[in-house]
Amino acid sequence: MNVTTKYDRPNSYIGSSVPRPNAARLLQGRGRYVDDKILPRMLHAAFLRSPHAHARITRIDTEAARALPGVVAVYDGAEIARHVTPWQGVLTHLAGMRSPDQPALAIDVARWQGEPVVMVVAQSRAIAEDALALIEVEYDPLPAVTDMEAALTEDAPRIHPEIDSNLCWQRDIDAGDVEAAFDDPANTVVERRFTFGRHTGVTLEPRVCIGDYDPSEDRLTMHYSGQAPHMMQSVLSRHLGVPEARVRVIAEDVGGSFGIKIHTYGDEIATMAAAKLLKRPVKFAADRLESFMTDIHARDHRVTARAAIDAEGRLQAVEIDDITGIGPYSVYPRSSGIEGNQVINLIGAPYELPAYRARLRVAFQNKVPMCQYRAVGHPIAMAVMEGIMDDLAAASGRDPVELRRINLRADDSYPSASPQGMKFADLSHQACLDKLLDMMDYERLKADQDRLRAQGVYRGIGFVNMVEVTNPSPMFYGVGGAPIAAQDGATARLDASGAVHVANSITEQGQGSESILAQITADVMGVDLADVHVTTGDTATVPYGGGTWASRGAGIGGEAMLRAATALKDQVLEVAAAILQGRPEALDIRAGNIVDRDSGQIRMGLADLGRTVYYRGNELPDGVAPELIATRHFKVSDYPFVFTNGIMASHVEVDAETGIVTLLDHWVVEDVGTILNEKLVDEQIRGGVVQGIGGALYEECVYSEDGQLQNATMADYLVPMAGEMPDIRIAHVSTPTRTSELGAKGAGEAGTAGAPGAVMNAVNDALRPLGARLSQMPMTPERVLKSLRQGG
Amino acid sequence: MKTNAFAYQRPDTAEEAVRLAAEGGDGARFIAGGQSLLAALNFRLDEPEALIDISRIATLRGIERRENRLLIGALTRHAEVAASPEVARDLPLIARAMREVAHPAIRNRGTFGGSLALADPAAEMPACALALDAVMHVLSPEGRRQVPAAEFFCGMYETALEPGELLTGVEIPLPEPGARHGFSELARRHGDYAMAGLAMMLGPRSGGVPSWARVAFFGLSDCPARSAAAEAAILSGARPEDCAAKACEEIEVFGDLNADEATKRHYAEVMLRRELTRLANDEERTA
Repeated sequence: MNVTTKYDRPNSYIGSSVPRPNAARLLQGRGRYVDDKILPRMLHAAFLRSPHAHARITRIDTEAARALPGVVAVYDGAEIARHVTPWQGVLTHLAGMRSPDQPALAIDVARWQGEPVVMVVAQSRAIAEDALALIEVEYDPLPAVTDMEAALTEDAPRIHPEIDSNLCWQRDIDAGDVEAAFDDPANTVVERRFTFGRHTGVTLEPRVCIGDYDPSEDRLTMHYSGQAPHMMQSVLSRHLGVPEARVRVIAEDVGGSFGIKIHTYGDEIATMAAAKLLKRPVKFAADRLESFMTDIHARDHRVTARAAIDAEGRLQAVEIDDITGIGPYSVYPRSSGIEGNQVINLIGAPYELPAYRARLRVAFQNKVPMCQYRAVGHPIAMAVMEGIMDDLAAASGRDPVELRRINLRADDSYPSASPQGMKFADLSHQACLDKLLDMMDYERLKADQDRLRAQGVYRGIGFVNMVEVTNPSPMFYGVGGAPIAAQDGATARLDASGAVHVANSITEQGQGSESILAQITADVMGVDLADVHVTTGDTATVPYGGGTWASRGAGIGGEAMLRAATALKDQVLEVAAAILQGRPEALDIRAGNIVDRDSGQIRMGLADLGRTVYYRGNELPDGVAPELIATRHFKVSDYPFVFTNGIMASHVEVDAETGIVTLLDHWVVEDVGTILNEKLVDEQIRGGVVQGIGGALYEECVYSEDGQLQNATMADYLVPMAGEMPDIRIAHVSTPTRTSELGAKGAGEAGTAGAPGAVMNAVNDALRPLGARLSQMPMTPERVLKSLRQGG
Repeated sequence: MKTNAFAYQRPDTAEEAVRLAAEGGDGARFIAGGQSLLAALNFRLDEPEALIDISRIATLRGIERRENRLLIGALTRHAEVAASPEVARDLPLIARAMREVAHPAIRNRGTFGGSLALADPAAEMPACALALDAVMHVLSPEGRRQVPAAEFFCGMYETALEPGELLTGVEIPLPEPGARHGFSELARRHGDYAMAGLAMMLGPRSGGVPSWARVAFFGLSDCPARSAAAEAAILSGARPEDCAAKACEEIEVFGDLNADEATKRHYAEVMLRRELTRLANDEERTA
């Protein structure tokens, strides 16, 4: 479908689905991923990792490993700690949160299976792995704390002796009279307990880094596969003792990240330390097994939810108890509290809700650390609230759509706020719902469903209304003391040939950030897209800024780009007016030429202008500076986040004898404000939906009771694959945010936020006539069968 | 994930391959498509001293009709078996099962003989070999021998192959006209290891019941297993649901991460009942 924006005009790029300028390069194998880089004198690191979830390290003997030809260095945790200060993943605005010092490599006690214990640096990775086999470590196993609820009991073994329990953080919200709503006999009350498994982000390119230290200038360069170069610059400076200005972080091509590569990993920090100590480049590439045992895991919640509606179907109260297990440390520097915080902040957001009470408890446990992954907290909040909405609909004899319509925030009710204090503006729930029902032909689907049930075919339809956090302000991290910028910067400059070069602090990890930066620039500047050259991901060359995460690239980095390009255009027209002895307001740039604004007549090419300014400055009138470069920064003000909204529906068939769920259709209507490139937005949403479906049906880090990860291979950990995916149809409602000129809200996480709840509701809709209900993700065939046996 | 260092040998003939294997003793491994072995080497679950690469031995590759048998060379790739018109016509069970064997990239490199020699309990081809009464051709420096499928699969990744013996091919008797096949596999995703699978051949009907039946399950136990009880029930003319109830009567079923023992038993029954019902319905339609 076509979405008209204020930027629509001939030759405009904002809003048009242009092909990605970097696609040809990547498809021809010319990508530059970190593992493609081979530096002179480079060494390779490998890590011996704890085989136990919790164990005292009583002896480490590395003598044989050190003696192996080709081995350059062997470090244990204590040795690395002499050169690296520990870190704490605590944000001060999450009041009461605590997490002890975390070392790069385990010292004395290992606290998850996979925690690095010894590092070997050698001429090749194969030699380093040979050396690992020669290292002897003696462990004295300690009781493993794996279950998040058991972790919080009085007599649970303590993971950190310096902390009086395994509680990392607790937050309570109490707004409105919840008890009165539950006690009112006229109200319909439902309650349900949900379980969300652990999963992880499986990136095509694993975590890879190279440390390269030049002692002559005390300069450290990190080649980094990740999303936040400036954050890493600060982290490396703080913990390796190199001045921040002498740390350079370079993220060229990144093969997917999804939030996985935005955290501080001990093995990466140790790699940087080794490079500094050895004064030689050191590369570390996590292999797939290491990725499963060290990349952050996600979700892992148990939620009890209770809700009440009155006789008219209006929500009266929601009460939530969420407990989440985060592994042994809160992850630095973003903390592992944000996920649960977003769960309790976002529950109920699409609806008018008078009373809300929530308790969040974040528990330490002996598993891989858990932290922010695509759509942080959203899938849990959406699945819980929308599951409860379906229960309320069933209990009160209403159609699920009807109940939602009664309660949705009205499109003309903004600005408004939730009981949690979230401030909403420019949302469009009602318009999105109407569009969705139209697109999916809901009435026909329901008729088909009834007809097929009579034949023993069980199909279900599930809905999810979404509110999503995008474009975060400094209230997200910066306020809590983390070295994480909420603003982004953009530079635009014209070169002597008339081409435009731009640099931006957002990053490209496969989603098309660089494409939209080129589009915005070309559109504003009036030049061909091919004449815009984009640089991202290098702290030495791009303006200071946050990077690409939390659905902020387009909304924040894009707005900075718009402003920088606008400023450059003003400079160009100023110079052109001086050369042409006219007024800047009477000129414009079209198709790479300075033209008369009214007649369109070409006055001079941008190349002529560039050459005049840079080579023949003597031709410029006095007072005209030879300056064709502008930098602008942007942050969101007035709101902590630019919330956006959308709605999804899933259509599934459940084989009641095998428990196998077949996905038939999936629909999304999303409001991302101004659409910069519809194809990129749609593919972001589709990719997100697929990742959400992964969590709903397939992906789970399965642990034994003693904390051993049972399925750390791609054969056993099931990512969603194309063959099982339904067609995903997408439509848009566009309500530009008024917090920026561009009007773009985030799009990157929408799919992941809503898909799990939509699929869960669809499965339960299919199971309802069989008297079963499933409240645990992933919804494996075996769990579906068990729910049928237990009748919900 | 790097393998240990090992010697690499690439013989041109099967005879040379088994001679090298004899020389290498316990430290030698044959490698063909490498689709399972390479993963084991990279995990260092196996650290051999020598790999004997048999993939260029031309005589071990190809599909050949010999009277009423089809001989499939051990090195024939899954993709070649899947694309073979002879297999499609004469051994439709294998053609059907091939659709569930992993993914195209794996089928392009993985070999028919490699799958049988590995004897993964969740693999399709070992169960098909049982259902088709295949005969394994085995070579060693001592000579050639033949092992019926029924005696070939001994346990998890265990076969009747002695150390140093090479599976050179598989001889499969062509089912007589009127024989029918049934196949079913339940996996979390298409191409995954089976939670449970069924490969079945039924002889031509005589007097309303099949003249013979071979019902083989995979993914249930430590190796593919025939269900004698289900076969007897089928031959007795019992209804599909009653045959299905016998599916796991003598099979020792082991649960795994995706399906526990009870679920696997249930799946075996559902698959067998559904396939028998489908065949009965087809029969009815034809009649």
